[in-house]
Amino acid sequence: MFNIEVTGEFVAFFVFAVIIISGAVLMVSFTKVVHMVISLAAVFLGLAGMFVLLEAEFVAFVQVLIYAGAVSILMVFGIMMTKHQAMQDEPKRPVHEALSAIAALCLFGILFYAIRITELSVPEQFQAGEDNTMEIGKLLYTGYVIPFELVSVLLTVAFIGAIVIAKKEAD
Amino acid sequence: MLSSYLTMAAILFCIGLYGALAKRNAVVVLLCIELMLNAVNLNLIAFSKYGVVPSLTGQIFSLFTITVAAAEVAVGIAILIALFRSRGTVEIDEFDEMRR
Repeated sequence: MFNIEVTGEFVAFFVFAVIIISGAVLMVSFTKVVHMVISLAAVFLGLAGMFVLLEAEFVAFVQVLIYAGAVSILMVFGIMMTKHQAMQDEPKRPVHEALSAIAALCLFGILFYAIRITELSVPEQFQAGEDNTMEIGKLLYTGYVIPFELVSVLLTVAFIGAIVIAKKEAD
Repeated sequence: MLSSYLTMAAILFCIGLYGALAKRNAVVVLLCIELMLNAVNLNLIAFSKYGVVPSLTGQIFSLFTITVAAAEVAVGIAILIALFRSRGTVEIDEFDEMRR
């Protein structure tokens, strides 16, 4: 089960996994919300590196642009607009937190068991194409045109709705 | 190698689930939901390389997921700002008037 040969991909995977897991654990254990956003940005960057390992370069750069750039900045703005001295106060509900931890651990146990007992067949070699971006563009504008257009409508509606909701009332 | 990526995504999802259940600040809950969505993206891309039928479809799906997540964050932050303006707090256990 643990006879893994040490290849370059394994070493890179290990490094990115350490970045991601430590960032996520730090995120749930920090007390200041701004520090949480910074460690979440580290998680997003580690995930982008993992996408590069999986030969999904375009998605990796989209991840850096959208998540590490836009979503983190939006979260910082959300913190600034809601509460200036943004501090998570000390946990006053230990039973609730313990129950949450037990639920998460149970879910992880089930998932880990399912992953372990599943026969993961060795696939044929992945043909990524020479130009990942061009292949994705071709596929997006031939087979997935209608979902693509629907997503553009969704984005427009969501952003107009966000402006309308967050606008000051009575003027 | 696929099972390592799936385990990685499971760990990330469970940390996000714990944060979303245990935290009180609504901004932090939104951050944890983003963490869970990212775990799903990692699964999609891992299957697009190591799945039974490897193809680019998983990457397309993850692009759509990223788009929907961006829209969700924008609307979520807007709702939080409106709530903060009317109630003066973002602690999620203060918003319980539908329970009474």
